[in-house]
Amino acid sequence: METKTNTQPTIDPRFKIAHREAWIGVGLAIFNFIWWFGFAYGLGSRPVEEYTYILGLPDWFFYSCVVGFVLISALVIFVVKFILKEVSFEEEGEQAP
Amino acid sequence: MNLGVLIPLAIFLIAIFVIGLLASKTSMTAKNGFLQDYFLGGRELGGFVLAMTMVATYGSASSFLGGPGTAYTVGFGWVLLATIQVVTGYFVLLILGKKFAILGRKYNAVTMIDFLKARYNSSAVAILAAIAIIIFLFSAMTAQWVGGGWLIESLTGLQYTTSLFIFAVSVLVYVIIGGFRAVAVTDAVQGAIMVIGTLVLLIGVIIAGGGVPAIMQDLLNENPRLVTPFGADGSLTAAYVSSFWILVGVGVVGLPQMAVRAMSYKSSRAMHRALVIGTIVTGIIMLNMHLIGVFARPVMPGIEVADKVIPLLALEVLPAWLAGIVLAAPMAAIMSTVDALLLLVSSAIVKDVYLNFIKPDATEKSVKWISFGVTGVLGIIVFLLALQPPELLIFLNLFAFGGLEAAFIWPVVLGLYWKYGNKYGAIASMITGIASYIIIHFYNEAYGNLLGVHTVTIPVVLSFLAFVFGSLAIKQKAFEF
Repeated sequence: METKTNTQPTIDPRFKIAHREAWIGVGLAIFNFIWWFGFAYGLGSRPVEEYTYILGLPDWFFYSCVVGFVLISALVIFVVKFILKEVSFEEEGEQAP
Repeated sequence: MNLGVLIPLAIFLIAIFVIGLLASKTSMTAKNGFLQDYFLGGRELGGFVLAMTMVATYGSASSFLGGPGTAYTVGFGWVLLATIQVVTGYFVLLILGKKFAILGRKYNAVTMIDFLKARYNSSAVAILAAIAIIIFLFSAMTAQWVGGGWLIESLTGLQYTTSLFIFAVSVLVYVIIGGFRAVAVTDAVQGAIMVIGTLVLLIGVIIAGGGVPAIMQDLLNENPRLVTPFGADGSLTAAYVSSFWILVGVGVVGLPQMAVRAMSYKSSRAMHRALVIGTIVTGIIMLNMHLIGVFARPVMPGIEVADKVIPLLALEVLPAWLAGIVLAAPMAAIMSTVDALLLLVSSAIVKDVYLNFIKPDATEKSVKWISFGVTGVLGIIVFLLALQPPELLIFLNLFAFGGLEAAFIWPVVLGLYWKYGNKYGAIASMITGIASYIIIHFYNEAYGNLLGVHTVTIPVVLSFLAFVFGSLAIKQKAFEF
């Protein structure tokens, strides 16, 4: 198993891009979960009397869900604009129309 | 019932009907072969339509009726849970992503099962997958039809049977003759209506409640737990709510109706646009609809049937014509889910069963008529089933959801990214996923949630282990993509 055979050149370079982008998806989801969980249960576990209210909403909810949503949308836009690469979906060798 | 409400709703139904028919016309002049065109829209979706058809297919009766109704009862804890769904906006497309699009084209796959069959080079995988899809999505579809019938019934005062009939006719015609493209284009319109309806109703309920701080004070006066993450009776634990990250978050990757959309787009540019639009639109709909559910509580106390909260609220706080437009949103959500499921079940029967196993050499022309025929007959069967409505709409819906996720998430995801995944792993994973889902479902019903998490959690873990062990134990061999 551990012998690294020279199969590298046969791997489609587009797959490298695809694999990297899938990991970005995993990373975004993990970040999203930590943010969501941290604010919801970190702030939300206090007694209700200690809650403060932002735009009328309880603070834990405002940070976890409202800010979390805006932030993750911004991150997705950033990733799409600066990190994702355009690739052709057609088979190589075929002339794309 | 108020005529002012009915006119916008009727206009909506007629508009969808007409748009569906117009989109069908283009489908008749297929250049990529009938099957690709009918079941996959010729892989030509642009970014906006792709995003909208994913959001609209995913957003269903439970996003607009059942979910906000539960938020009404439970409070902010349920809004927190619903917000998880933002992740589906980017996760499905990023994970399946470009690899699925490339391999889908390479294998000439029209359905998710085509992909599985080619990847694992196995008819057994295909049959098993087709059975799972037909059974589970059939139950999901029936639940949605019942929701559609109920909604028309409660808005118009017509009999349930008549309401269901109106609903069936408005959906069936364009799905049967227009196929995937008609479904996607109507989804785009329906998605836009869902967003507009959500925003209008949110503004309406905030005004009616005297502003957000006033609403919050009313909630605190009634029961302070309503504004905590733990639910009105304190029973929503962090572990339970977090386990929904699988069911309505990352697990959505395994849903065939979502996966097939991840093969349908034209270019990577379309996919990139859809990532942004899909995330934002999903977030707006899910966050706001469920907030509306909570805000409705002080405005209209004492509603006992969860599904009625949103319709009653719209009629109460909005002028009639505006309520009609807002209530077109849940209708749109239901229609856009139903049309996708109907076409998917039809594709499983026509492409994955009939063409794979019964008559592989069928002519293009006969395939065309069989596709129309199967879709039509399926629609009629669902209509007849929905006449005897099963009681718990959200229950059936979630059962189908979780079962399919447990069955398909690993065969699809690991099939794409793990070269040692093979058919033994895939078969073991699907069987383990479904069987353990059903067993744990009944265990949880009887004894309370095992480990305090949602039913889907353990089957997804087990099906992962089954996939890895199955693949490594028998004929370990690297797959060349």
